[in-house]
Order: sequence, then structure tokens, then C-alpha cells
Amino acid sequence: MTGPLSRTAAIVGAAETDRIGKLPDMSRLALHAEAAKNALADAGLKLSDVDGLFTCVAGPNELSEYLNFVPRYVDGTSVGGCSYMIFVRHAVAAIAAGYCDVALVVHGESGRSWIDMEPQGTAASPAGQFELPFGVAAAPTTYSIPVLRHFHQYGTTKRQMSHVPAATREWALLNPRALMHSAGRITPEDVEASPMVCYPFNKLDCCLVADGGGALVITSAERARDLPTRPIHILGTGEATAHRQIAMMRDFTTSDATVLSGRQAFAEAGLSPADIDHLMLYDAFSFTPMMFLEDLGFVAKGESGSFFSETRRAPDGTTIYKTGPGGDLPVNTNGGGLSYCHSGRYGMFAMLEAVAQLRGTAGERQVQGLATSLVHGPGRQFAAASTVILSNV
Amino acid sequence: MNETKPPYGGALPKPTPETQAFWDGTMAHKLMLPWCTECGKPHFYPRSICPFCLSRELEWREASGRGKLHTYVINSKAAKGFTTVPYVIAVVELDEGPRMMTNIVIDDPTPEKLPIDAAVEVVFDDVTEAVTLAKFRLVQP
Repeated sequence: MTGPLSRTAAIVGAAETDRIGKLPDMSRLALHAEAAKNALADAGLKLSDVDGLFTCVAGPNELSEYLNFVPRYVDGTSVGGCSYMIFVRHAVAAIAAGYCDVALVVHGESGRSWIDMEPQGTAASPAGQFELPFGVAAAPTTYSIPVLRHFHQYGTTKRQMSHVPAATREWALLNPRALMHSAGRITPEDVEASPMVCYPFNKLDCCLVADGGGALVITSAERARDLPTRPIHILGTGEATAHRQIAMMRDFTTSDATVLSGRQAFAEAGLSPADIDHLMLYDAFSFTPMMFLEDLGFVAKGESGSFFSETRRAPDGTTIYKTGPGGDLPVNTNGGGLSYCHSGRYGMFAMLEAVAQLRGTAGERQVQGLATSLVHGPGRQFAAASTVILSNV
Repeated sequence: MNETKPPYGGALPKPTPETQAFWDGTMAHKLMLPWCTECGKPHFYPRSICPFCLSRELEWREASGRGKLHTYVINSKAAKGFTTVPYVIAVVELDEGPRMMTNIVIDDPTPEKLPIDAAVEVVFDDVTEAVTLAKFRLVQP
């Protein structure tokens, strides 16, 4: 049984900025604008058709001014990288309610060059008082906090975790836009030989920091039929937020936000993990998709390490991962945050890859026979989460 | 003889009304926790209402300063003002129940020296004249 909003809206436009990577010639707002322009062109629509604006690295007021238009519905939910998946959910609801007809979800971030980006929080915030004084700095110092607890409770190993970046790299080698497209294969041994950043994370356990952006155009299922692109139907969505500071995580071996978000999305879609053909599991770090695979119910708690590290040999001697090219469950087929790119709020890129795979436009990395894709991501360090289930039929 | 410390360059907390007593406590080398007198539970970080029952009937009590090493990382890329790497960023579970982020004070940290659930005890680090941070060290068996 499906929920009332399943299949009421569809994605009709999806595009990235012209380039991703190191773009010191583009500001935060310029990245938003280019992404919006490209997604509207893809959808065959004009900015004057848009009446709903969903954005968070630039606020809705900043972006409506920059693009010179007046949306009648706005959402600036800002809970980290999954905000863009939450926007998909909110756009579905707003379209169903009649509050807008054409929703533009826009991401842009100068994550590498840091052109016109916001500073960190204040010293009086809870994190400023109770986390930052202990030398918490960049994301590798906080995303890593749950990992040793998971190792301790489930016997998960660093070697198992090291297979995640290796499998993801296999996809990047098939994607010419991936920042690591030409960087060659890596083995778990290579991951562990890369410089130590914050134990248990080596450098190759960490996502690539890049500049870039992307946008989605969403409208009603009915209107989608009249537009030029193959509509990608939104079957189910979920969202949740559980904490802000990583030390406040209730259980370091499970993401409460993921569990709740996934449950909502599967219920709305009327599906279970067995019905999903393709997965985008936002990989800010090698451990992140492991937690999600478990908490979304694809494997039992504690079994993600063996799932990601299980391989077989292809006739030509190369390694085939369950989650890699030729595997049973394709995961992070663009190369992921680990080998594609990561702007800081990667959720949009995960959405765009799911759309490309379902449209059948993913080129050499295209997985054949896909009908469904599940996109899941965190906001900040397992603090928030959102899930979107899509289909091309 | 005057001992002069080099100026501290790390991030400093700015107390708010609901946390001031905690920071006053660390200055006096006491680990203070807010306790709810309605549901009987302590919490951390300090809030204006109990996060378990939303009561405002809170009182400050000194904690034992003992706990267990719940999880941690060994950070090799220093945050601003941290001069020695690697250092341990940890979550300690206090005997009273709440968990807090902290540092484990230890020379040359390795995973082998830092078993999960090891017993720890509080130590106070007077980083400036106005701020003392509650850190922890392993309790030697």
C-alpha cells in the first residue's frame, strides 16, 4: 500500500553546473544561478514558470534577488547535506497542496575555493561551548566519532571499511566527470597507506572537497507528461533530525534520523529494500554508507562491513564488488563523494545521479534494467537524514 | 618565580545563562551537572529545561568525575590553536549517565592504549585565566 503523496509529483529537470572541481572564478551565488539555468533548460521551462524556490547555502531571499524573480512558496531548510533531499519531499507536499506548481531546488557551494561562504557558528552555541574547545575541526574529526564504537560492538574492522572507497573508485573510473576518473584503481591497502587524517580515517576514507552545484525541477505528475524529459516519479520520501552535536548521538552505532526517514519513505512508496535496484548512499566518508545500509534495512545491524568487503573475481582477474560495476546492488554509481566530488552539501549530486541512472543517460556507467533508485543522506554528522525513492515507470 | 604559559590559541567557550554554573564549576575544578528534581535525571550539556521531562526544576550537583571511554578518534590534523598532534577527541560516558565530548590526556596515543569502555577520570586544564576545560585520563588499573 502506498501513501497519499506517492507518484503525485515528478522530477522533470536535472542538471549540474557546467564544471565541478576547483572553480575560483565562481562565487557561491554564481554556482546556484548556473545550476538553476541548466536545470530549467533541461526541463524545457523558463524561470517565469517557477513559483516555488527551495535552497539553503544561499537563502531563498538571496537567491530570488540574484535571479530576479518572486516565488510564491519558499523553503530554506538548512540541516546539512541532505537538505536537498528534504526539499524534494517538501516540494512534493507543496505541489500537492497547490502552494506551487513548479518547484526549483537549487544547490551551489564554493566548498573548495570558499568564495562568499558563511563562517562557522558562534562560541556561545552548544557546539561552540561543548565541542569546539576539544579540537573538533573539520568534518573528519566528527564523522569519525561513531566508528570505533561500531567496530567494538559488531566486530567491524578497518579493513572491511577500506573496501568502500575501493569499490566506489571503480564507478568513478567509468564517469568522465568524476574528479578521480583518471586516478586509477585503489585497493584497501592503498586506502590504509594514504596519510592518516583522523584515526580511523585515512585520507582515502574522506570525501573530495570541490566547488559546484546542481538543481532539480519538480512538478505535478500530470504536468510532467507535457514536458520533454522522461519524468522520474517520486514514490516516497522521508526526513528526520535527531541532534546537532555528534557527542549527543543517542547510539553511536545507529542513526536514529536514518531509521525514521527510511521507514517513512518505504511506507509512502509501498516498497521494501528488496524492491530497490540502485542506491545512492551519501558517502561523506567511507563509514557513512555502511551505517545507512544497515539502518535502512538492506542488511542486518553489524553486517555492512562484510557486505561491502565481499568480492568475486571477474574472468579477466579484476575484482567485482557487490556494490560496484557488475555487482548485485549498485551503490554510488557516479563515484560518490569519495571519488566523484563533494561540495560540502553533497545531497544534490546524489539525487542527480539517481535521475541520470533512471533516465538511462549515465553513459558508460549506466546500470541496465533499473526501475527504482533510493537516495539517502545525512545532514551534518548523522544529525539529520532524508530518503527519496524514485522510479522511471 | 613566575611561570608564564604561552597564550592559548584554541577555541574558547562563551557561557550562556544556562551553562554559566558549569563553567564556574570547572574553574573551581568541579564537574557540575544539572539534575532534574522532578524526574531525577542529570543531563549534559546544560539546558534551561530537562530534556527528559521538560521540567524547569533543575539543580546543580557535583559529579563523581568518573566514567568510561565510550568512543573516540585520534586526530592528526590540528584544529586552530592545537599545537601537538595527534590528540584524542573522545566521548566519555559519565558514571551518572550523561555523555560529554572531551579530550583524553595521554602521550603518544594509539588504539592499543585506548580500549573502548576503559575507565577514565576527570582532570582540569586551566587553559586561560577565565576558562578551565574538563578533560579525562585513563584510570590505571
